[in-house]
Amino acid sequence: MRETDSKLARVVPPVLVIALLIAVWWAVVARSDSPIFPTPWQVVTGAWDLAQDGTLWDHIQASLVRVGIGFGLAFLVAVPLGLWMGWVPGAYYTLNPLFQMLRPISPIAWIPVAILWFGVGNLSPVFLIFIASVFPMIVQTTVGVRTIDRRYLRAAANFGVSRSVLFRRVVFPAVLPEIIVGMRIGLGVAWLVVVAAEMIALNSGLGYLIMDSRNAGNRYDLVIASMIIIGVIGLLLDGATRLLEQMKTVKWRYVR
Amino acid sequence: MSTHPHKITVDGIGKSFGDLSVVGGVSFDVRDGEFVAIVGPSGCGKSTLMNIIAGFERADRGTIRIDGVERSGPSRNGIMISQQGSVFPWLTVHENLMFALSGTRHGDKEARAHRYIELVGLAGFEKAYPHELSGGMLKRVEIARALVVKPEILYMDEPFSALDALMSLRMQTELRRILDEERHTVLLITHDVEEAIFLADRILVLSPRPTVIQTSFQVDMPHPRKLSDPRAQELREAILKELGL
Repeated sequence: MRETDSKLARVVPPVLVIALLIAVWWAVVARSDSPIFPTPWQVVTGAWDLAQDGTLWDHIQASLVRVGIGFGLAFLVAVPLGLWMGWVPGAYYTLNPLFQMLRPISPIAWIPVAILWFGVGNLSPVFLIFIASVFPMIVQTTVGVRTIDRRYLRAAANFGVSRSVLFRRVVFPAVLPEIIVGMRIGLGVAWLVVVAAEMIALNSGLGYLIMDSRNAGNRYDLVIASMIIIGVIGLLLDGATRLLEQMKTVKWRYVR
Repeated sequence: MSTHPHKITVDGIGKSFGDLSVVGGVSFDVRDGEFVAIVGPSGCGKSTLMNIIAGFERADRGTIRIDGVERSGPSRNGIMISQQGSVFPWLTVHENLMFALSGTRHGDKEARAHRYIELVGLAGFEKAYPHELSGGMLKRVEIARALVVKPEILYMDEPFSALDALMSLRMQTELRRILDEERHTVLLITHDVEEAIFLADRILVLSPRPTVIQTSFQVDMPHPRKLSDPRAQELREAILKELGL
């Protein structure tokens, strides 16, 4: 298949599907004459108004900052911890069962605890995002270390390099692709959680925008607009972490 | 240069995995600068034996001595080149060689790395990553990375068997050329009898599991050897007969 063909094949069908979905949505709303559920055009104009008066950008920024802090902290904790647990069997056998047990608990279940500990300010969502993204990143990093191909460790032992060279030149680069996978998972969950956390008791963020639009006079045009914006931003965040996979030093993991 | 008569002394090595006895008491010596090939049926424990000799695995009984000193683990003194290869895919060709040199006290490491990349015919590919290279080129990187630290011994465990037949032949010729330039003691494990005849000074034939040394052949032919040589053909027949073919 030629390059242009494959590009067309990748762009056209998804665009058509989305266009079809919008058309169906429009037709159904127009026919049913629903007083509450908006048409696509009402969603666009609603979002436009919010963008004009600046509140939309404030909400987006609030959500992104929370994710940035919570995810950043989780990253700083998870990577060293994961490397340690992967390398030292004692640490693995001691901590892994605990983390495996904490991991399947939905971050939403932590909301009451978060409110009790951190109140209803900015700290609660940051804590929830931290909790949500730290475990996948720990697990992924740990697994990455434990599955380093033995031949590479043998080669390092064969050349008798120092411990610091072993870590900088072999262990860390060997695990880096797994760390990036962990980051993708962690950031994805973080974005899911921020919206849920903001629905509880805040006055900014996209999650708050959804709840506030519903409560303040059933503005479902803004509810739908927020949902679409959340989806688009989530896509962009994932795309940004995927760019890391293009780094020359991790490409070996994704080719062949 | 060592005053000890033998570079490598393998003395009564035995190894079992659970109830399965894999290596059943292997003893032989390798002289300094000698090229010894070990051939044996597949699954006979060749690789286990090699891993023990190179220091990566422990034997249940017996000892390995290098220059008369008992060996306890892997060392830069003897570098292993294996079938799957262990060139680091996250480092460039040049970085792989610099990695190997990082533990050594060689002067001007840059120049050394450069010289060995040239020796294996990879000049111009210093900045390439392994996944951008062909299988044959990757083997050359591995050989360069091994030689750059000036090991006294090369352990080669089926080094070329993952390559296609033509590339395998080419690499054998290359290896012979390099070994004529640099003196090394080489221990080669292979299932390819012709490869052993082409390269080695002495060929040991292993028995099926639990493996012991069944016979030993001296290869008294000058390099470069031709496999069409009647002596080579005769030797090949004899070895294959030992292997039960």
